Amino acid sequence: MNTKYMNPYLAGFFLGLVLLATIFITGRGLGASGAIKDVTIAVMDVFAPAHTERAPFFNNYVGPGKENPLKSWLVFEIAGVFIGAFVSGLASNRLKFVTEAGPKVRPKLRWLFAAIGGALFGLGAQFARGCTSGAALSGMAVLSTAGFIAMLAIFGTGYAVAYVARKLWL
Amino acid sequence: MGPFVPDLISDQLNLVVALLLGIAFGFVLEQAGFSSSRKLAGVFYGYDFTVLRVFFTAAITAMSGVLLLDYFGLLDTDIIFVNPTWLVPTIVGGAIMGVGFILGGYCPGTSVCAAAIGKIDAMFFVGGGLLGVFVFGELYPLYDNFYASTSLGAVKVFDSLGMTQGVFAFILIAIAVGAFAITTLIEKRANKTSAPSFEFKPKKHFAAGTAVVALGVLFIFMPNRKTHLINEVSGTHYISSHSVSTMDVDELAFRIVDHEPNVHIVDIRSAAEYAKLALPGSDNMTLRDFFSKEWAPLFSQRHVKKILLADNETEERTGYLLLQKLGYENLAVLNGGFEAFNKTILSPSTFVPVGTRWDNDVKEFREQARTKILKMIADSRNAGPKVEKKPKKIQGGC
Repeated sequence: MNTKYMNPYLAGFFLGLVLLATIFITGRGLGASGAIKDVTIAVMDVFAPAHTERAPFFNNYVGPGKENPLKSWLVFEIAGVFIGAFVSGLASNRLKFVTEAGPKVRPKLRWLFAAIGGALFGLGAQFARGCTSGAALSGMAVLSTAGFIAMLAIFGTGYAVAYVARKLWL
Repeated sequence: MGPFVPDLISDQLNLVVALLLGIAFGFVLEQAGFSSSRKLAGVFYGYDFTVLRVFFTAAITAMSGVLLLDYFGLLDTDIIFVNPTWLVPTIVGGAIMGVGFILGGYCPGTSVCAAAIGKIDAMFFVGGGLLGVFVFGELYPLYDNFYASTSLGAVKVFDSLGMTQGVFAFILIAIAVGAFAITTLIEKRANKTSAPSFEFKPKKHFAAGTAVVALGVLFIFMPNRKTHLINEVSGTHYISSHSVSTMDVDELAFRIVDHEPNVHIVDIRSAAEYAKLALPGSDNMTLRDFFSKEWAPLFSQRHVKKILLADNETEERTGYLLLQKLGYENLAVLNGGFEAFNKTILSPSTFVPVGTRWDNDVKEFREQARTKILKMIADSRNAGPKVEKKPKKIQGGC
């Protein structure tokens, strides 16, 4: 396979089929932020179990009688995502340690903004009960109102603030 | 009929399924180019609309598949996970994520893909994500009320907008295809020489777009299977042109008193009425429940006569005809509905002699039946609440 990306419509079609298969087989959609939440809580439970099991919000996921948060559907799914993407990168000759940034951005600044962006996603996804995958895409597939609102809010805000952040990318 | 969780696929096996589906998910995302933050950010600056193309194509593909599987009765859309809506928190959370998208260049799923092929910025993004969840949880008491506010339940978007499922599906498909066309023009203008869309073959893409819109038009005329079947058997013409087997109240009373095992009462009155007064051994359900896996074992027993019970005979006939349409046999409607049974059997001294020599026997039978059935009702009340056999909704979400 060469390093070119797939035709986006074809890729979208395949992605839709994967999501459809997920709904058909398991009755639920795909997701990502939920796995990040589970991992966060599992890490916290290692370093500060007493705090994690008492603190509101976190105590919904850990504590006596609850399964290890890592034994969740989304953690296994996201582990699969990592494997699948690695295989794809291997097949298309794209495996490389590299920092990708806009033409005017140095790597360290890029790392900082990537971390901030990730933190905002981790935080926002809790309010919205999911991210681009779990709330927007999967929600839209089953025609849930939440899915469409999440999609409009994410992309609408992205466009609204794009101009301010243009130096990061253009 | 899908979904296969939890009946055919156990919780343990479901985790293996999750891993496999995740592998497919990650592979496709990476092949699409979602492991590149510049490509992802391009959608906001007009130089690369790959995100929009992949995302909307995936959404309408999966949505169309769900609608088609539902229509052909292959997927029970009443039990699949539909993301519940918390209106304002979703808007606020979405806005926070939108800022995160512009600053970070990824979303959580794509950052994992990018990290998998060695993107160092994506590894920082994932780390940031863990931090974001930590901060959210630590500050949770500040906004716990807001977090739980404006909860609308698992509402569907077409209901929120007051249109049918099919019309909404058509509009979404039309918007997507329109957006594909417009953004291709924008992208070509923004780049001048090279962009993904320069490689598109216009004729093929136009043909595909037309086919997809045609599918959308089809959806307008393709109803939700359950709603459609229920509406069909509720029509006065359908009811009057199909005959049904019946059972009269005395026979039912006799069989109840006799503890006849091969008779089962299917009570389709409202849950409130059922809670007030229910016949011994009866089960309360809605017409939609007839489609669920939970009740199939009961309906499939051919030697058991299923007696439809409702406020009036018309509703009973609707239930009867729906079960018949779903392929179930050995059914009957109760003559006169629940009211007739209540008046004739359960209420005292309403017996009106009709002038036959059986009058005294009938009167005596009904009085005995009344005492016995009322006692059976009281006994089952004392035995505590019945185990609810509602269709199990699947849990999901992030």
